[in-house]
Formats: sequence, C-alpha cells, structure tokens
Amino acid sequence: MKVGVLALQGDVAEHASALADSGAHVVEVRLPGHLAGLDGIVLPGGESTTISKLLELAGLFEPLAERLAEGMPAFGTCAGMILLATEIVDGHPGQRSFGAIDIGVRRNAFGRQRQSFEASLEVDGVGPGGPFDAVFIRAPAVERVGPAVAVLADVDGRPVLCRQGPVLVAAFHPELSEDTRLHRLFLDTCEGM
Amino acid sequence: MKRGLAEMLRGGVVMDVVDAEQAKVAEDAGAVAVMALERVPSDIRRDGGVARMSDPSMIEEIMAAVTIPVMAKARIGHLAEAQVLESLGVDFIDESEVLTPADQAHHIDKWPFTVPFVCGATNLGEALRRISEGAAMIRSKGEAGTGDVQEAVRHLRSILGDLRRIGTADSAELYAWAKQLQAPVQLVQELAETGRLPVPLFCAGGIATPADASLVMQLGAEAVFVGSGIFKSSDPARMAAAIVEATTHFRDAAIVAKVSRGLGAAMRGLDAATVELKLAERGW
Repeated sequence: MKVGVLALQGDVAEHASALADSGAHVVEVRLPGHLAGLDGIVLPGGESTTISKLLELAGLFEPLAERLAEGMPAFGTCAGMILLATEIVDGHPGQRSFGAIDIGVRRNAFGRQRQSFEASLEVDGVGPGGPFDAVFIRAPAVERVGPAVAVLADVDGRPVLCRQGPVLVAAFHPELSEDTRLHRLFLDTCEGM
Repeated sequence: MKRGLAEMLRGGVVMDVVDAEQAKVAEDAGAVAVMALERVPSDIRRDGGVARMSDPSMIEEIMAAVTIPVMAKARIGHLAEAQVLESLGVDFIDESEVLTPADQAHHIDKWPFTVPFVCGATNLGEALRRISEGAAMIRSKGEAGTGDVQEAVRHLRSILGDLRRIGTADSAELYAWAKQLQAPVQLVQELAETGRLPVPLFCAGGIATPADASLVMQLGAEAVFVGSGIFKSSDPARMAAAIVEATTHFRDAAIVAKVSRGLGAAMRGLDAATVELKLAERGW
C-alpha cells in the first residue's frame, strides 16, 4: 500500500512513522509528480494558512483536488481537517479548501495555545484498546455536519472525528500519541478501495 | 502538549515583526508564526541600551491582526516578564539572548508555565540544560541581527555533530558525555537511544536569503526563524514568501533558484566574525 503524506509544512514525520509502523509504504508529497500511484494521502497538522499558500505555489492544489474528487482516500488532522472541509468559516482571505468532506469548520475555535488540551475519547469503530487519548492544539471545531457525514467521536457534543466515505478527519492529533488505531482504520479504507 | 505546538511549526518560517502591518505581510507570505517585538535584532544592535520585553499593547495588536501563532520575547531569567506574556495569552515565549539578560546565572524554570518556551543554544550541552528547565523547542542561536549565517551554521553543526557522536558512544561513555556537556545523564541516555533531541530543533540568527534557509534545513534544522532578514530587505513581502518556499523545498535547488531570482537586496548585514557584541554568548 503506497500512502502519501502532504509534506509542505507541519508534523509530517509523526504521520509517516505511524503509517510505516502500520505497514504502509510512505511517500512525502511536495510536488504534483509525487501523487502518482498513491492509494491514499494524509494531510498533517501544521498551519493551514501556510499549507494552503504552499499548495498553490507548488501547483499542487488542482491535481490533488482532482484525485480527491475521484475518490482517493484521505485522512486529515487539525490543519488537514480544515483543508479537506467544504467550508472554512473564518478562513484567511483567499484560503481555499478541497471540499472532500461536507463539514464547516472554524479555525482555532478552542482558543489559543493556552487553551490547548487533552481528552480521552470514546471512538466508534476502531476496535479494542479502550478510549483514545487525543491531543488538541489550537484546534479547529466542526460547526456544521452534512447529512452524509458520520460523527465518530465528540467532546462535549462537539464533533472532533468525522467520516464521509473514504475521507476521515480529526480535530486532534492521533499522530502525536502512540496509538495507531486511526492510522490503521485509514489504511483499511485505502485497501478497500 | 506544549511540545505539540512546536511539532506543528516544523518545516515553517517564524518571522520577526514589529507591528500589525508587518504581521499581516508575514501571514500572507506563509509564515507559520510571528515573533512580536519592538525592535528587530539589527536595530537593537545599532541602538544599544537595555532591550526588554515589548509593550503588551503592541503584542496584543499583533495577536488581534493575525490568526497564526504569536510568540514574544522575555529576557533570560526574567520570570516576571514571562508571566506577563503568559497572561496576555501569547502562544510561545522566547527566553531570548537578543534581549539584555536579567539573570547572570539562572534561566527561567519553565515547567510551572502552561505556555511553551523556546530557548537558544550554541551547543548540545546548552540545549539539554534548557530542555531540563522545560523548554519545548530549541533554536540554534546564530548571531542575531547580523544577516550572516556563519554562526547559525557553526551552532547547528555543533549540536547535531555531538548528537551523532553520542549515537555511537557506549553506555560508560554516556556518563562522560553528560559531564562534558554539563547536562543530565538521563537526557544524554535518551539522545543515545532516539538519535534526536526530545524537542524540535529550529535554526535562528543570521538567515537572510532563501539559500540560507535551504542550507540550514539541509544541515538538519527542522524550521527557521528569520529576524531582521525579512523587513530589512528591499522587498519584504517577496523575500518572506521566497524564504517560506525555499524552506519547504529545501532539497530542490531548482525551486530555491526560482524563488531567489530578482528578489532585490537582502539585508546589508555585518560579518558575524567581527561584531563586538556577541549576543550568542548570553546564556548559561
């Protein structure tokens, strides 16, 4: 299984090692040519405004949007979730997103770094292993969930893990914990396609 | 969790800004964070006098102007300045040698704070002492305000070279390394096991061009700080965007060449080997 990690900026290495530990062949994606032959792609945490800008500069936005529209599986965490959403409520002017999952998100909705927190999540469908330890860093919030979207976990009623077909998004950072269950769930999706 | 934000900034460029307008230019150019300060290091160097924490109202204006993380500087050992910055809600505190030190022997005990800290280091021992005090990110110091990359290179090579040497040391040698580095042996043993610092290593102090950014990234930095290099250049918005792109594509010389074309003048700079005031020597 060949899986890309969008490697323009952010915590690329953590995703790459979680995917490699789960048995994937990992490719760093910086230019359009790196998309060839991928079975899926991870959009990591980082600064969504920076990553958006770099997607445009690298000529990567359109080709990646095309692959996502064709149904390539994708897994976005934090900034990656923002980039995959249909709607960014308070985006930077001109900031585009891929619209691969029908949700509306608000950036930094949980506050600044001081309001960053950890939570123990009950997650549907990731198998045994108990609650998932989730790290939220200047996290975005899902403010609108489309009818085709399943909410797999929430914090006080706010969705933090969502899925629509082959697209999985988390407001938190599963790549920062040792728990690779969500990465394995994503790889199962890639394999099923 | 404090280290988590540092991880999110990897592969990015943190830019020094002195007002809301510069902060917006930095954000538009793709900065991952801005450092809010009243004077960039080259001006501090020129003006002399005591350099202190910036006015809170100026930091708050910058926080209001951009959505990316905002960092601010406290003097070495000045825990009250750090408490003030934490109360403002800044996302990161830089306990920085660019400001005049408040304590000649002690750095801030950073563990009681909820806000993460970044600290400078010229060598691995200094980096490990800062980590043992609670720093969530290390930046190699370089020589701030010079626009000369040679000290940044020296510090980065010193830190990463010793890291590689520790990777081949046997268990008895690790105790000698701890003595030599004046650092806790547990941290030295952890380095030997993992082959990397327990927190991200960024590079600062003298980066002034896209090629400088590519150089320090290839040497092993995980992201860069650019201080005077952007707003002391002739076309700051272009220079900022060019350094951002070169930092991402640091191994791709064709892209570094593309963004370097027609950028105008980089900051004039000073030969770091000849400057009298060595900011990097502050820190213990």
